[in-house]
This record gives sequence, structure tokens and C-alpha cells, in this order.
Amino acid sequence: MTTGTMKKLLLALLFAPLGVQAAATGYKLDRAPIQLNDVVSLQAGARTFVNYCLNCHSAQYMRYNRLTDLGLTEAQIKDNLMFAAEKVGETMKVSMSVKDGKAWFGVPPPDLSVIARSRGADWLYTYLRTFYRDAKTATGWNNTVFPNAAMPHVLWTLQGERRLEIVPHADNAGHVSVEYKWSQLSKGAQSAVEYDLTVRDLVNFLVYVGEPSASSRTPIGVVVLVVLGLLFVLAYAMKREFWKDVKH
Amino acid sequence: MASRLMALWEWFDSRMPSVAIETRKHLTEYYAPKNFNFWYYFGSLALLVLVIQIVSGIFLTMHYKPDANLAFGSVEYIMRDVPGGWLIRYIHSTGGSAFFIVVYLHMFRGLLYGSHREPRELVWIFGVLIYLTLMGEAFFGYLLPWGQMSYWGAQVIVNLFGVIPFIGPDLALWIRGDYVVSDATLNRFFALHVIALPLVLLGLVMAHILALHDVGSNNPDGIEIKKKKDANGRPLDGIPFHPYYTVKDIVGAVVFLAVFCVVLFFMPELGGYFLEHNNFIPADSLKTPEHIAPLWYFTPYYSILRAVPPMFNSQFPGVLAMGLAVLILFFLPWLDRSPVKSIRYRGKLYKGALATFVVTFVLLGYLGLKPTTLWGQFGFDAFFLDTREIATWVARVATVLYFLFFILMPWYTARDEVKSVPERVTS
Repeated sequence: MTTGTMKKLLLALLFAPLGVQAAATGYKLDRAPIQLNDVVSLQAGARTFVNYCLNCHSAQYMRYNRLTDLGLTEAQIKDNLMFAAEKVGETMKVSMSVKDGKAWFGVPPPDLSVIARSRGADWLYTYLRTFYRDAKTATGWNNTVFPNAAMPHVLWTLQGERRLEIVPHADNAGHVSVEYKWSQLSKGAQSAVEYDLTVRDLVNFLVYVGEPSASSRTPIGVVVLVVLGLLFVLAYAMKREFWKDVKH
Repeated sequence: MASRLMALWEWFDSRMPSVAIETRKHLTEYYAPKNFNFWYYFGSLALLVLVIQIVSGIFLTMHYKPDANLAFGSVEYIMRDVPGGWLIRYIHSTGGSAFFIVVYLHMFRGLLYGSHREPRELVWIFGVLIYLTLMGEAFFGYLLPWGQMSYWGAQVIVNLFGVIPFIGPDLALWIRGDYVVSDATLNRFFALHVIALPLVLLGLVMAHILALHDVGSNNPDGIEIKKKKDANGRPLDGIPFHPYYTVKDIVGAVVFLAVFCVVLFFMPELGGYFLEHNNFIPADSLKTPEHIAPLWYFTPYYSILRAVPPMFNSQFPGVLAMGLAVLILFFLPWLDRSPVKSIRYRGKLYKGALATFVVTFVLLGYLGLKPTTLWGQFGFDAFFLDTREIATWVARVATVLYFLFFILMPWYTARDEVKSVPERVTS
């Protein structure tokens, strides 16, 4: 890199306005009603994940046998969730190469191991529910929270095809707000409520995959705090005992 | 049994008496003022966090791989496959931020009670050196998870050295070991993070404590307890550090650990402030993130850097201002001309200046976390407005106030109306 381009990079990184992220999309995120202790939801999410996501996206830091966390036996995992691996101790890899991914989608589909930790559950929940038909894109699909996403609507057979009309409104003060008008072009296999639940379960699973130890750390934390509480009582009593003879 | 142990101890003591001598000197016969308050916990807590970081760091290095292709995955391996690995990793990541919280409060204590003043100038200087080393340690360590923020944060900070006139580009290249942040950079940062700087840190901490014990601790009244001694030569207002302050600091440590564990077990990311969301995306040298912000403990200085406009077609003034903002701390003992040390006996001028400084520092820290578009733009235009961003101008005013706290200090501390200081410490 030459000095000139380095300076330019520095300029761009440090001194340019950094508010681009917020400007990327104005679509308000829905709150994902996830619950990490809901094992049934996590199992359903795992099923959706291996059937729909794991063809292109890997979760290469997640081992299949870790799914015993969700109340499944290794035999159940092998029979129901393992399509792309031989051994239950393997991680969730895909056979699609990075090169192919790049050729087919423009960008290689990202690994989903910690996607919930970078994007957040609300983003994923909203993203997966706001695809719409768009003839202008290569895939024929577009998305409200991630405009011109390279990913097509993989779950469309469940949700059906939808159309989006963006209607701008201007109030008397001149503030422009945008109304999102959704309409159904074709019916999917699931109703709107069922589809929301499917996505809820999937996002729940992705949050679990992002940090499988999350549900075990809170009970440990409670025990640790109780022990520290007891220790505090002892430590404070000891301090008072010793300090009795310090005169102020 | 007891007599056997006694005999063993005597055998040991006759061959190495310095253990007993040093223990007496630094613990049982080190007289500390009896009136330490809340603010005096943070010194021992800083030592505790240092130990926590070293121990958790040792376990992390057993599984971490300093390799650009493997680093990100090895952290996830620690989080998932290493038994207790997530705990060790969160201890270390929470400890990093906790270190700065504790050190900032410890430094603020110094400003409150004049702990930097004569005869403790060396204690203060070693302290500032510890702070500088800690900043380096945090910076090198933050590259290791090899996420997007690790990568681009390092890219930005190394490039800061690149704008130094004449030697800059070569210096940046020398630090990176490559033309961009790469595997070579990761390897050397790993070496610096796990060996070089911890050694420096331990040496400086030792010097900090030895220098303190030579002159004795300050206290909330800012008076020298060594001036009033009893017949045995013990300070009248002093108590032996052990057992009195060891048992007191244990209470502080337990409370601190409780707060630490609340973060550790229930909110290890602390809303993206302790672990940034974007750092869960593997480093990608071809994709610059839209918003790059350092971790919270660097943001006051980052704000100063962004606030200073480029001059003579160079970003160097901003970098210089940022560097001076830290280096000016070294001169504090000589900038402060007040006849009293403690805030308790200082007048309105110092109290006002310190309060303004705290607000300024926090404000700069907050602005450094946010994009400069935060508060929108001024509605008017003027010839002197190189930018109309309100947040940038607020940061500029705050930067000026930050420096004025130090530059005007000789003036306002000398003119401040002070109260008379008591002979003995108050409770």
C-alpha cells in the first residue's frame, strides 16, 4: 500500500462521518420473542436450520453432538438432523466451496455459528420475515432490513411470495414517513402466524448456536453470587472484629 | 508438629531472612493512614484484576492459536469445546474492561486527594507508566480474537503512527511487519500481549508499590501521618497494613467480584461495550466496517483525535493532540501549585475545575462511541465552520476544556481559596 492510499484509508476511517450504519435502512426491527429454555422451539429451529440453511451456510464451530443440549440423543441427531456429516462429533460444515458460493451468490454465504451475536436476534427475526418479490434483483427477491441481500428467500415455500409497496407520507410539517404495504402474491404452506413461529424457532436456535453455553452460565452465576454473598458476610464480620481496636 | 514447623521456619529464616524482613516492611509494619475511605479500594482491586488477567490469560493461551487462519476459530473452540473455556474467556474479556474501570477510579482518587503531590511524584509517574502500558496491552490483546473490530481497530491505530512526519510510514510498516495488518501483525501482537507487556506491567507495579511504601500512603485529608509519631516511632494516625487493610480490602474484593460476576455470568457482552457485536464477524481485509469505534476505555482519546481538524493537509495534529492528552498526565505533580492536597480543603476553583474535567472526560468518552453525526448539523453556515456537525464541535469544546484543566492548573490552584488543614486525620 502506498503512503497516499494509506492516508486516504485513514481519512476514510477516522474523519469521515460514521453514521452510515443507521442510514442503511429505516425499517423498524420487530422484537424476536425468543426463549432459550424452550427446548421444543429449539428443536424445531434445529430442524428448520438443517433443512433450509445448512445447504449453503455452515455453522462450522458447532458440533452436531452438542445438540444433546436440546434434549436429543445422539441417535436422534444422527437420524433426523445430520445430512451432511458422517460422525456425530463433526462440526456443521457445508460441501459448497467458498469459490462456488462466491460464483453463485456474489458473496460466499457467511458462516452462521455466531451470526446471532453479530446481527442480533431482532435483526434476524425481522430479516427472515421481510422478503419480497423484486424483478430488479438477480435472485428475484429483495429484503427490507437488508436491501439487495444476495440471499434469495429460502423459506418462500413456507411464507409464500409477497409484494411490498412503499408509500411515502408527508405530514403538514414536511416530515416524510414511509408506510410499508405488504400483499400476498401466492400462498405458502404456512399461515402468517405459523410462519412467524417457524422463524421464531429458527432464530431461537441461531441464538443458541451463537453461544451454546449461555443457558448454563446463568445458573452457575446465581450460585457464584450466593457464595460471594456468604463470603461478604464473613469478610465484613472479620473486618469489623479487627477494626474494633482502631480509634477514630 | 507445631515445634517442627517452627524449627523448619527458623531453618528457612536463618538462611533467607529477607522474606521476614520484607513481609514486615510491606505488610505488618507498613503503617497506612487509618482514615482510608471508599476510593482507597481501587489500588488493591487493580492488583486483583492484574492477577485475574494473568491467570485467565495463561489458560487462554493453552488453546488460542495466533494464526490469521485459525485465531477466530480457536476463540470459538474455547467458547464451545474447551471445558470451562467460555468462563475463562469471559473472565478475561470482562477483566479487560474491569481493569480500566478500576484504574480510572484509582487515578480519580489521586486527583481528589492530591496523591500525585510531593513527595509522591514518582508513585504517580510509575502509575501513569502503568496506565500507558495497560493501553498497549489492551490494544495488542484486542487484535487476538481476529474479528472485524480487532482487525480494523488495529489498522486504524497503527495507521495513526503512519501520519507522524518523516518517519511515520516506515514506523507503521515496522509495527505491522507487513503492508496491512496480517498474520505477521497477529503473531507479534500475541508475543507483545502475552510476554513483553505483562513483564513490563509487573515491573512497573512493583516500582509503583515500592515507591509508595518508601514515602507512605496519602489519605483523604492529604496530610502526612509521618509528621506525628508516638514514642516508638509509629505514626499516631497509622495502622499496620496487615491485618487492618488486608481484611478491609478483602471486603472490597468480594463486593467487586460480585459486580464482576454479574457482568460475567449474566451480561458478558454488556450491550456491546465489553464485547462488540461486530467482533463476532471474522476479520476481512477487503471489507471495511461502516462504523469503527474502539472499546469504551479508549473513546475519550478517540474523540480528541476526531475533534482536531486536519492541518496543512495532515492528520498529524489530531494524533499529536491525542498523544499529548495522555502524556500531560506525567506533569500533573508540578502543575498543581495548591498549598493543600485534599479536595476537602481546596476551594471552589479546583472543585469546579475537577468537576468540569470529569464531565468533559465522560462526554468525550460518550462521543467517541458514537458517530459524529449523532446530534445532527447546525442550521446555519459560516466561514469558520469546516464541519457543521454539532457533535464534532461539542467534542472540540470538550477537548479544549480537557487541556485547559491541565494548562490553567498552575494558575487556578495557586489562586484558590483553601481551608486550613487539621494537624491530625479526621474520621
